[in-house]
Amino acid sequence: MTAEPMTPAPRMARATSSASRLRVQKIGFGLLGLLAALTVLPIIAVVVYMIVQGAPAISWEFLTGFPREGMRAGGIWPAIVGTFFLTLGTAIFAVPLGIGAAIYLSEYASENRWTRLIRIAIINLAGIPSVVYGLFGMGLFVLFLNFGTSILAGSLTLSIMTLPVIISTTEEALRAVPQSFRVVSISLGGTRWQTIWRIVLPQSLPGILTGVILGLERAAGETAPILFTVAAFFLPRLPHSPLDATMALPYHLFVISTQVPGMPVQIQYGTALVLLAFVLSMNIIATVIRSRARKRRQW
Amino acid sequence: MRNKATSLSWIEFLITRLVKASGYSAIVFVGLIFFFLMGEGLPALAETSLSSLLSTRWYPIEGYYGLLPLIGGSLVVTLGATLVAVPVGIGTAVFISEIAPRWLREILKPLVEVLGGFPSVVLGFLGVLVLSPFLREFLGLPTGLTALAGSLLLGGIAIPTVVSVAEDALDAVPRSYRDAALALGATQWQTIWRVTLPAARSGVLTAVMLGVGRAIGETMAVMMVTGNAPVLRLGLEALFMPTRTMTATIAAEMGEVANGSEHYHVLFLIGIALFLISLAINVTASALVFRQHKRSERILS
Repeated sequence: MTAEPMTPAPRMARATSSASRLRVQKIGFGLLGLLAALTVLPIIAVVVYMIVQGAPAISWEFLTGFPREGMRAGGIWPAIVGTFFLTLGTAIFAVPLGIGAAIYLSEYASENRWTRLIRIAIINLAGIPSVVYGLFGMGLFVLFLNFGTSILAGSLTLSIMTLPVIISTTEEALRAVPQSFRVVSISLGGTRWQTIWRIVLPQSLPGILTGVILGLERAAGETAPILFTVAAFFLPRLPHSPLDATMALPYHLFVISTQVPGMPVQIQYGTALVLLAFVLSMNIIATVIRSRARKRRQW
Repeated sequence: MRNKATSLSWIEFLITRLVKASGYSAIVFVGLIFFFLMGEGLPALAETSLSSLLSTRWYPIEGYYGLLPLIGGSLVVTLGATLVAVPVGIGTAVFISEIAPRWLREILKPLVEVLGGFPSVVLGFLGVLVLSPFLREFLGLPTGLTALAGSLLLGGIAIPTVVSVAEDALDAVPRSYRDAALALGATQWQTIWRVTLPAARSGVLTAVMLGVGRAIGETMAVMMVTGNAPVLRLGLEALFMPTRTMTATIAAEMGEVANGSEHYHVLFLIGIALFLISLAINVTASALVFRQHKRSERILS
């Protein structure tokens, strides 16, 4: 790994004819194309397969009904509602904190040792395994702070996990706003916060939204962090307060695909499809916002 | 600074404080997680002897807490996943960044992001229902719930990480490097292989490391398809047998454990190990990126 990138020049000269070099190139490109296909085709196959297998299970009753007969019949409404509340709770904690941290890093912080420490901390938060977040959330929120297994405990756990995604995408969006915008605002007598609030944030809003949605998408689909903090195995009623436990789509899918014998396959596929649709639609919305903003951007 | 701050209105002052506090919250959270894991996990070292922890038997009901089978399981599955994700991921990144025409790139990049967004429990579900029956039939195994199934799924889960980081690294290679190579008569293939990739190597290495980190930390998919058998096996046949990773053990057993028991503390100890592994991977990876920046600045100045 110590060779400098520029040294192999003599070896290039040794290549015999341009015809054989082009043949090598053709084979090489073909191979890389194959690897790309290996990445992409299974994705398409999985999505199509899930739709084909899951669509017959989807009905009004399935989406809005309560599970019956030990979850082997009926609907998944409590799980849908639970995932919605968890995602909402995560947004309430993670969005202000994440955007605040990004504003600090992009607009206030000078490049010193503390800032570097913050960045290392963010990178580490992004890398911590989701099940470790589950352990931490159980230890701190469920037991130590005595929230019990509840939407509150789960949302807090998920927000810490989501934070790095929101911070890094928001910071990128803020930094993309040209410096001249800030200079003009300050020169017109705007304070630093007025500049951020009236100029920088509106300009970077699409980028921030993209980051927020991608972060929440991750929170909505995760299972391991809610295993010991929120999730109820079977709870056929809706939560009444943030301190209630709840069913959630990812955990419900895990339960019915591994823990319940004699589960009808159709309900499993239906549940998986609903979860996948929930998560992927967030993904698509984020992608659309980003690409539209890119096209409209004038700087 | 102080002069300026006093002239600001109190709202400005308050907001500055709030923003600063949220910036520092990242450090607070990492610290909290670390100390909490330590507080709950380190008692295990006092309750369970080191020789017991380093034995090869994991059977908590009878008080056997040998961690080697779990470490072995994580190693085998992660190694398998790396063998899948690294060539496929880097190949895909090179294809997207260097070869694919613009329209194809616009299709491929969002698709890879879609894969990144797949909930791992959905992949685990498909692993149980589709992948492992297929492997059982195809390879004639007694069960399809094996380390191999876990490796393949985890490979898929790690691919988006490898692709996006490696692609960023390739994008960051200055255009002039490629132009110079092409002008010297190199083919496009030679340019990629001998100039662009070597120039982006620390970024590509970062991609590999973060992919490995993603694979080690993955829980649900790997728990569902690897068959839940905490038995130490080495050698190639380990790939075709059921196994159990560190992450899966926490997820599978924490729900049934009495708060504050020996078992509880040992599971937190595994959590500490996972935390430290991800810490090591991420600090090294970010140091690599940092060094790369320094190096390119040196070259350009």
